[in-house]
Amino acid sequence: MTLRDLINKLLRRQTASANTARERLQLVLAHDRTDLSSDVLDKMRQEILEVVAKYVEIDMSEGAVSLETEDRMTALVANLPIKRTKTGEIKLKEQITESETEANENDDPVSS
Amino acid sequence: MAKDTRIILICSGKGGVGKTTLTANLGISLAQQGAKTAVLDADFGLRNLDLLLGLENRIVYTAQEVLEETCRLDQALVRHKQEPNLALLPAGNPRMLEWLKPSDMEKIVEMLSEIFDYVLIDCPAGVEDGFKNAVAASKEAIVVTNPEVSAVRDADRVIGLLNTNSINPVQLVLNRVRPKMMASQEMLSVEDVTDILALPLLGLVLEDEQVIVSTNRGEPLTLNGSKSPAGKCYSNIAKRLQGEEIPLIDPSKEGTSFGDKFKKLMQTKIF
Repeated sequence: MTLRDLINKLLRRQTASANTARERLQLVLAHDRTDLSSDVLDKMRQEILEVVAKYVEIDMSEGAVSLETEDRMTALVANLPIKRTKTGEIKLKEQITESETEANENDDPVSS
Repeated sequence: MAKDTRIILICSGKGGVGKTTLTANLGISLAQQGAKTAVLDADFGLRNLDLLLGLENRIVYTAQEVLEETCRLDQALVRHKQEPNLALLPAGNPRMLEWLKPSDMEKIVEMLSEIFDYVLIDCPAGVEDGFKNAVAASKEAIVVTNPEVSAVRDADRVIGLLNTNSINPVQLVLNRVRPKMMASQEMLSVEDVTDILALPLLGLVLEDEQVIVSTNRGEPLTLNGSKSPAGKCYSNIAKRLQGEEIPLIDPSKEGTSFGDKFKKLMQTKIF
């Protein structure tokens, strides 16, 4: 927040419009650059979640798939929170073999 | 064919951001600096470059007649009286609405590059056929945009298309900059635009009422060595194109010098 933003906030005025312009542009360009509509993106998110959910238990309501752009490079970023047991282990689905379950000792939150 | 002729597309996607004004002023400036320059109006449906250069009454033939071999290239070229290094070639006649394939454009530009050091192609707005024709004949590009969301968005689309057509280098000109609005953060800053579009900045052009005055007269600002803010910006851009290192203006410092304040005072209405 700039000093100007602070003053605006104190006076309950709208914030400077350049910030709004920048944010709106970044969002619209991320979509323009990939030609993905939000419908397609939604569908893709649903399918990605379903695939991942076959292997680990994930929080279906929290999962987010978004497009992020930096320097003309656009990335599809998926953030899928994995449910854990009380001891902190990652909950794996039964179809994974036992040996793999044992091997999985690192409990970093898996993302992207 | 002169190998080092620079064939530069001047494009923007969105209309009305200042492509034609930039083309006219760059053309005059480069010619003044001794470079033989051709400006090609690729927007034959709605051509306006002739009007900005004050050459609207002198067009007899267009590139179309040259390609049909009803006239020679030098008959179609309209030389500027005050700047004989500059010549205008309209691509076509507004009444002829068919023709023009990318290969036609390539042919005409190849003919021009035998004679000129610079070929500036004034691209039509949009990303359809007119744009595709103009891109086919170009080697490098200048993308013109304004610090406004719609202009930046369209510029981004055009930059993507230029990249897929292997146009290189692609440089940016940010037109109609209002330093005061930028200072109060009511206009996208220079950094905002360059960050988003990720292009090297060839120059800034300040918003300037004199641009309208000059188009009224058909005399580009750079023609009479104008000291107006935009005129200076245009000639700096031409010098940078020629490889001179001219520092970019800092919008936050514009309008603060004594000279600027005096000029403003002189423009104050007294009765």
